[in-house]
Amino acid sequence: MDFANYDPAGASRSREIISAKIVIAGGFGVGKTTLVGAISEITPLTTEALMTAAGVGIDDPSKVPGKETTTVAMDFGRITMAQDLILYLFGTPGQTRFWFMWDEIIRGAVGAAVLVDTRRISDAFAPLDYFENRNLPYVVALNRFDGAPVYDLEEVRESLSISPDVPLVMCDARQRESVKQVLVTVVEHAMLRLQAEHDRGYPASVG
Amino acid sequence: MEPRRDPRGALVRPYAVTRGRTEPLQNIALEAVLSCTPTQSAEARFAGHDKYRIALVCEGRAQSLAEIAAYTRMPLGVTRVLVADLVAEGLLTLHTAAPATGFQERMNLLGRVLSGLREL
Ligand SMILES: Nc1nc2c(ncn2[C@@H]2O[C@H](COP(=O)(O)OP(=O)(O)OP(=O)(O)O)[C@@H](O)[C@H]2O)c(=O)[nH]1
Ligand SMILES: [Mg+2]
Repeated sequence: MDFANYDPAGASRSREIISAKIVIAGGFGVGKTTLVGAISEITPLTTEALMTAAGVGIDDPSKVPGKETTTVAMDFGRITMAQDLILYLFGTPGQTRFWFMWDEIIRGAVGAAVLVDTRRISDAFAPLDYFENRNLPYVVALNRFDGAPVYDLEEVRESLSISPDVPLVMCDARQRESVKQVLVTVVEHAMLRLQAEHDRGYPASVG
Repeated sequence: MEPRRDPRGALVRPYAVTRGRTEPLQNIALEAVLSCTPTQSAEARFAGHDKYRIALVCEGRAQSLAEIAAYTRMPLGVTRVLVADLVAEGLLTLHTAAPATGFQERMNLLGRVLSGLREL
């Protein structure tokens, strides 16, 4: 059965549309969905992945504890930038036991923003560890909650041992302008990294 | 991977619509965009209820795999199998996700995303 060239409706003549993806990562309840919703043109949507011991779709069954079926929800938003360019924002599942799903979410992404809740800074250790061991450009965004202690950015960088070449910014996940700035920082950082890799002659790769 | 040998044993209702198949014909990215024409979706009517629902979501507009799963309320894995089938059958058009290689291509895309964000 070879349908590769089967084109009943002139599908192959349609204009190419490119999509890009930015990942919004972070621990439980740090404001990921809020951030996506502040800038997305659609109310953040949720899609569910089922996981069983048999392994369905995107999961790696060897990493699923037990044999039971689990549902992992991830939410995402969309920004249509041009007729042929769509940016998607994917939030990671907050619960740490679903981290194996992050690999699927970050694959092919432009970059990521790791959100940190200023009331629970140390919750960020695990998400930061994850990105330190991946080849995806990322920035760290401190989401300031009301009544949270005010930290100096450099203080946070030191206590979380964030490398000097990882951008660190303050944000308010509820504010569109602030979220926009976070995303701009992600893309600028990705461009700098890509340029640097290119200049050094390393093969550039994503995810 | 041992458990993948006979997935049907462990699987229940969600994969009934794929007749128990859990492996898509191709591994479509979450953000990969699909669309179809009215002609394609009219054809998809004969491809089964769930595939037709997918075609209707994509008729005349670009929708990512993740959006299709969300709008049809089907689990991601099931959606991926059906979408890959539809692409193979010529009933959905798969558009390109972000280029993974090529310095200039990747730089151009990043530049476009950056200006797109700044214009928001
Ligand atoms: N004051 C304040 N509240 C916020 C901010 N961002 C998020 N919140 C609130 O914090 C709560 C959690 O935010 P969510 O966006 O649901 O967090 P999440 O990271 O998606 O959570 P999970 O998906 O459950 O991990 C919600 O009640 C938000 O309204 C912020 O910048 N300032
Ligand atoms: Mg959330």
